[in-house]
Amino acid sequence: MIRVLLYIVALCFSLNVLANEVNVYSARKEALIKPLLDQFSQQTGIKVNLITGKADALLQRLKREGQYSPADILITTDVGRLYRAQQLGLLQPITLPNIDSLIDASYRDSKGYWLGLSLRVRTVVVAKDRVESHAISRYEDLADKKWHKKICIRSSNNIYNQSFVASQIAIKGKEQAKKWVQGLVKNMARPPKGGDRDQIRAVVAGECDLAVVNSYYFGQMLGSEQGKDREVAEKVRLLWLNQQDRGAHVNISGAGVTTSAKNIDNAKALIEFLLTDSSQQWYADKNYEYPIRAGIEIKGILKQWGDFKADNLALEKLGEYNKDAVKIMDQAGWR
Amino acid sequence: MRTKITWNPWQFFVLLLAGIFILPTLAIVNSLFQPFGEVWQHLFDTVLQDYVLNSLWLMLGVAIGTLFIGVATAWLVTFCIFPGRKILEWALLLPLAFPAYIIAYSYTGMLDFAGPVQTTLRQWFAWSYGEYWFPEIRSLSGAIVMLSLVLYPYVYLLTRAAFLEQSVFSLEVSRSLGCTAWGSFWRVSLPSARPAIITGLSLALMETLADYGTVQYFGISTFTTGIFRTWFGWGNPIAAAQLSSLLLSFVFTLMLLERWSRKQARYHQSSSRLHPLPSYVLVGWRKFVVLIGLALVLVLGFVLPAVQLMVWTWQTRYMLNSEFFALIYHSILLASMAGVIALLFAVIMAYGYRLQPNKVIGIGLRMASMGYAIPGTIIAVGVMIPLSSLDHWLNACLQQYFNISVGLLLSGSLVALLFAYLVRFLAIALQTVEASLGKVKPVLDDSARILGHRPWEVLYKIHLPMIQGGLLTAVLLVFVDVMKELPATLILRPFNFNTLAVRAYELASDERLMESASAALAIVIAGIIPVFILSKNIANSRQRIE
Repeated sequence: MIRVLLYIVALCFSLNVLANEVNVYSARKEALIKPLLDQFSQQTGIKVNLITGKADALLQRLKREGQYSPADILITTDVGRLYRAQQLGLLQPITLPNIDSLIDASYRDSKGYWLGLSLRVRTVVVAKDRVESHAISRYEDLADKKWHKKICIRSSNNIYNQSFVASQIAIKGKEQAKKWVQGLVKNMARPPKGGDRDQIRAVVAGECDLAVVNSYYFGQMLGSEQGKDREVAEKVRLLWLNQQDRGAHVNISGAGVTTSAKNIDNAKALIEFLLTDSSQQWYADKNYEYPIRAGIEIKGILKQWGDFKADNLALEKLGEYNKDAVKIMDQAGWR
Repeated sequence: MRTKITWNPWQFFVLLLAGIFILPTLAIVNSLFQPFGEVWQHLFDTVLQDYVLNSLWLMLGVAIGTLFIGVATAWLVTFCIFPGRKILEWALLLPLAFPAYIIAYSYTGMLDFAGPVQTTLRQWFAWSYGEYWFPEIRSLSGAIVMLSLVLYPYVYLLTRAAFLEQSVFSLEVSRSLGCTAWGSFWRVSLPSARPAIITGLSLALMETLADYGTVQYFGISTFTTGIFRTWFGWGNPIAAAQLSSLLLSFVFTLMLLERWSRKQARYHQSSSRLHPLPSYVLVGWRKFVVLIGLALVLVLGFVLPAVQLMVWTWQTRYMLNSEFFALIYHSILLASMAGVIALLFAVIMAYGYRLQPNKVIGIGLRMASMGYAIPGTIIAVGVMIPLSSLDHWLNACLQQYFNISVGLLLSGSLVALLFAYLVRFLAIALQTVEASLGKVKPVLDDSARILGHRPWEVLYKIHLPMIQGGLLTAVLLVFVDVMKELPATLILRPFNFNTLAVRAYELASDERLMESASAALAIVIAGIIPVFILSKNIANSRQRIE
């Protein structure tokens, strides 16, 4: 009973005990970060404290807590929020040894405010029995009349779609991007609903021929322990787009050190750990994301999909145009 | 005659409490004083109309659904006799244990185009896409059905309690004056249960407005999804707070309208001696229709989704380990603490208003209840603002006088979390306690005061024992709601502190529905226990009197 009471009292007030630790605010879900953090603790003896939540809510928490915030590291699953955190003055630049050779310049901030930890590709899957593998080769074709009422894609509330449209704005300008979105909306087989996996299921069920998805959702279904998921996934084919020109649309999960950080050295150590070969491979094995570092060996399902060329657009552009993307999608009626 | 009571400490304390709970709401409403940016023009031009219309349709649909299911089931199990009634009495409360978004997930899993039901149909009849019609679960009407199925218990619970407390005399008089069973339902039972029905309905509707999980998953653009789209998509938390303030003023207006429409009407019972209520024994086809109808509500609202969760849990056996017990422990710890504290404050506030029923306190209580209609994430931000200001001020003081810094004491602590729960769920406790107190005749207060008892003695010796049932209802409703609560918990919790709802959500939002089933099932099971106690208690209270 006394132990329970003490526990409650200790929790009731966030008493900061100085210790060898590092505090993480993560928009990455616990299941997809905790195992790595545990490994880090085991190897270094540094305790990792974790809070997960929605990225923008975490940003508000950081902002409100201000200089007293316990957070040392912010982890997000898209570049837009890292950019936003930097704009709000919540991140500080850091320098890591060899960073130039470790991570391609387009996957990190030029001043060192944030950097990528893993690579996520947004691409298309098509029904194997109905669509030839050369039927589509560019994202631009998604607006083509040929796909009228044949495309499944999730709601524009989703950040991956917002970044996707933002990349079109960055490359083609607002006017072109708007036309493209309008065409895409006309090609939707149904009003957007559900997540990326649901779009894949809809393709297999015959509701549409093509779905826009993040490749790792498809990987998760292929590697699922559930026979039903695997069965569905076997019936679609993943295609890489724009391979003859700029490359496939990519986003990152990434991290930055907070302005309020009190354990900067530990924070850096953790980021370096997340960039080691074994951590990078873990992302690929566990969640079917691509390593941010070049030259990491990939195997299994990712290897079967083959090499692809990734767009080297400076990712901070995605953050910059996020608002315009939402505007355009609202105007085009993409709900 | 009613004696005029002036006892200022109560009034002061009640206002102070109300003031504290209004702070987060004020922090949100404060956004109205900041400039309205370009986003507003854009919203007006494009999506705002959709947001408003969809939310209104959703509210209307859920109002009809919960009223119909809630009142009909309450009347049937209270006034009719048929086999299985004893079980249905409490079983009808079970859907309350389901978070709306969980039931939405499990129904989608079953009824979606790619789900087992449609797939089987296609296999049997060799249909393919577009060749047959099947109701679309992920639609506005689907959301109405989902929300009605889990929210009707609020109406059922409060209406049933009101029916049970109804004086047998009024009912007998109405029958002897020639009313049919149907007539006495319309003319006596229903009007006198009106405050309770409205209370239940307003809880259901406020929860509907605050719902984000279900509508988001179904791809419906409501006012709430609009708030988050503006915040997350535009990166504009101020405009999101301005939208929330609009939502708030809408709810506040509704509340005032409702109060005003009740105005002078009072609903005290003419007699507190309750004889057994008249019962209609159902026979023949009526019996079967009623049984099938009630069973259907229970099967759709509880059995089917629960079975789906069990199947998924069995298939995945995800995370059923010691860590899982920590989640259960945390959830129950938070829920019970919040329940007890909410009750305490609700009693103080409701009784204070009874002592001094003036406008200022009345509006204070209504405003302190507003949190229930605001999405949890917005409340969380509203809670952060005053708490972090207090923390910063404290640090500045300590720095100045003692040259030390203690960091954040309140932000990121359980206190912050409990505070958020109270802001969000005080409405439930308050409304329930107020409803029960309202049934105690003021003449009792007056007599006790004349006999020389002080207000708190009257409360302790007379009211609390009389409204025990209502008190228990208040605690348990808050308990169940905190068990289900997600967004505020997610953002305000301390380091390394997970709950069942957090676990279920993280997996579900990562599109790992099957893995999330074990945590969801645990929420439901933990919610069943209080639901069970609740229904036993309501039934017993009647028996005691009988």
